[in-house]
Amino acid sequence: MRDEKMDNLEQLPEEVKRSAELAGIDTSEKNRSGSFFQQDNSILCAKSRQKGVEVLAIEQALEKHDWLKDYYWKAVDKHKDEYTMAAAKGPQRGYFLRTEPGVETTYPLQSCLFIGKEGIAQRVHNIIIAEEDSHLHVITGCAVNTHVKGGSHIGISEFYVKKNASITFTMVHNWAEDVDVRPRSAAHVAEGGTFINNYICMRPVKALQMYPTIHLLGRGARASSGSIIMAKKNSLIDIGFRVFLKAEATSAETISRVVARDSSKVIARGHLVGEVPGIKAHLECRGLVLSPKASIHAIPELEAKQENLDMSHEAAVGKIAEKEILYLMSRGLSEDEATSAIIRGFLKVDIKGLPEKLKAEVDKLTEMEYGI
Amino acid sequence: MLKIEDLHLKVGGKKVLNGLDLTIEQGEKTVMFGPNGAGKSSLLYAIMGFPGYEVLQGKVIFKGKDITKLPVDQRAKLGLGVAFQSPPAIRGIKLKEMLAICRTSASDAEIKKLAEKLNMADFLERDVNLGFSGGEAKRAELLQILVQRPSFVMFDEPDSGVDVENVELVGKEIDRYLSGHAGIVITHQGYILNFIKASRACVLLGGRIICSGDPREIMEDIKSKGYEGCVKCQARKGMRDEG
Repeated sequence: MRDEKMDNLEQLPEEVKRSAELAGIDTSEKNRSGSFFQQDNSILCAKSRQKGVEVLAIEQALEKHDWLKDYYWKAVDKHKDEYTMAAAKGPQRGYFLRTEPGVETTYPLQSCLFIGKEGIAQRVHNIIIAEEDSHLHVITGCAVNTHVKGGSHIGISEFYVKKNASITFTMVHNWAEDVDVRPRSAAHVAEGGTFINNYICMRPVKALQMYPTIHLLGRGARASSGSIIMAKKNSLIDIGFRVFLKAEATSAETISRVVARDSSKVIARGHLVGEVPGIKAHLECRGLVLSPKASIHAIPELEAKQENLDMSHEAAVGKIAEKEILYLMSRGLSEDEATSAIIRGFLKVDIKGLPEKLKAEVDKLTEMEYGI
Repeated sequence: MLKIEDLHLKVGGKKVLNGLDLTIEQGEKTVMFGPNGAGKSSLLYAIMGFPGYEVLQGKVIFKGKDITKLPVDQRAKLGLGVAFQSPPAIRGIKLKEMLAICRTSASDAEIKKLAEKLNMADFLERDVNLGFSGGEAKRAELLQILVQRPSFVMFDEPDSGVDVENVELVGKEIDRYLSGHAGIVITHQGYILNFIKASRACVLLGGRIICSGDPREIMEDIKSKGYEGCVKCQARKGMRDEG
């Protein structure tokens, strides 16, 4: 596979830059400690700007580090489904991100998986490792070129959070109406480690299905996830987080906000499995259905396999309460203004580890969609 | 300022008001009594124009304009306001943002001062009414009204769930505000009337105002004889009228 190397993302064509920026990518790279950019199946850029932080194409990483094969297809089962098997066939594209022991990324790393040509089948396999006592912050943006309508993306991501380390991984999806998306992700979190996984989807997609699985393996390991999903047009979105709490004093929290418009269909899942006593887990899922043709199916699952567990969930799905609209109208807002204000408030969830700029971007998009 | 003529109201398939007449002038503070289910809150929501409060007959005239068919927000813009008995909590909208929505002419400094006066300064950054106690929600309602500055305000049980100290605070502020404007206060507890110098009281029973007069006298009558007493008094009046 021939890769065209770029020194920096400023060299990207303007329209590519614009699309990538909407997915949280900082093409000036001013506030990034490293960048990876894959367009279709070519890697355009993979470089780190910080000592102790590795940003490599996965192929190079496998050549460089003999030990990496022990992590390759370890968290995710190669034979899990037709998508993992298709990804395993190669060619092997994707990224390798790693912080060495004790290192903390000054700025987030960024990775962009970009579909530039119509009908492309993009295949990606990523490995992200935070070594002991290190802290790795990643923003990953998936986007398509302005003219692209269709294509497919299969992305395998394997995360390894070592002892007392942390990974904050924020993924922004800006696909197009005819793109099929199948991420397959899993994380292993060791003693005292923290894995924060955020997900934002604000543009239409054909079908997106993912169920990242997080294994809390060491004492005191923590997982948290926050998702904001604005489903539009004919999007079919089936997503959730699954966390296995396998060690003492582990905890997990997963929060999601879903807005379903037009003819979109969202299945919002969550599955927390408590396997040892004394763990703590909470799942919160709230959804607003804004069109008679849209639907949200919330499936929160709690599985307690021991005594003395603290596991809870709250799920609320429905249309906007008329009482709330009338309340705002009685203070002078029109019905449309009241509805927008309620949706904006609904989507204003405090997501841990979300960079300020991206938070501002989410607020801006919300404002564009539901601004007064 | 507000004139209600022969109002017949249906709520959830049930007739609630049967030809209610009521006139309230500028500067008038009217207290509304009536047993549970008499339709007091329904009357307020009908005046505010809430859907589901179906006017079968009659008119609501505000500042000389027939508003019977106007939507809620336009009534609010004309100067009608309501402080709810159990306001809904709205996630993601802070009290501070609610005040920005309510604001007609109040300055930032004035809003801050009012929040402090009502002991609500610590609540500005919280989602409106979410996890507020009964008393806190009532103070938040009053604060919104003071920022909104409507010319006619309806307070739906501003004293229920409020501790004694705060009833005084809330009562005095309502009195001060209504002195320059006009409004209706629904209450079941007489205590707040120690602070609201109401010009008159009305008793709503059987879908109509059956009695109006001095607030303290009427409150005392209700306390001693209950609404049963009002029914009997009404029956006697009826006999006298017929006789």
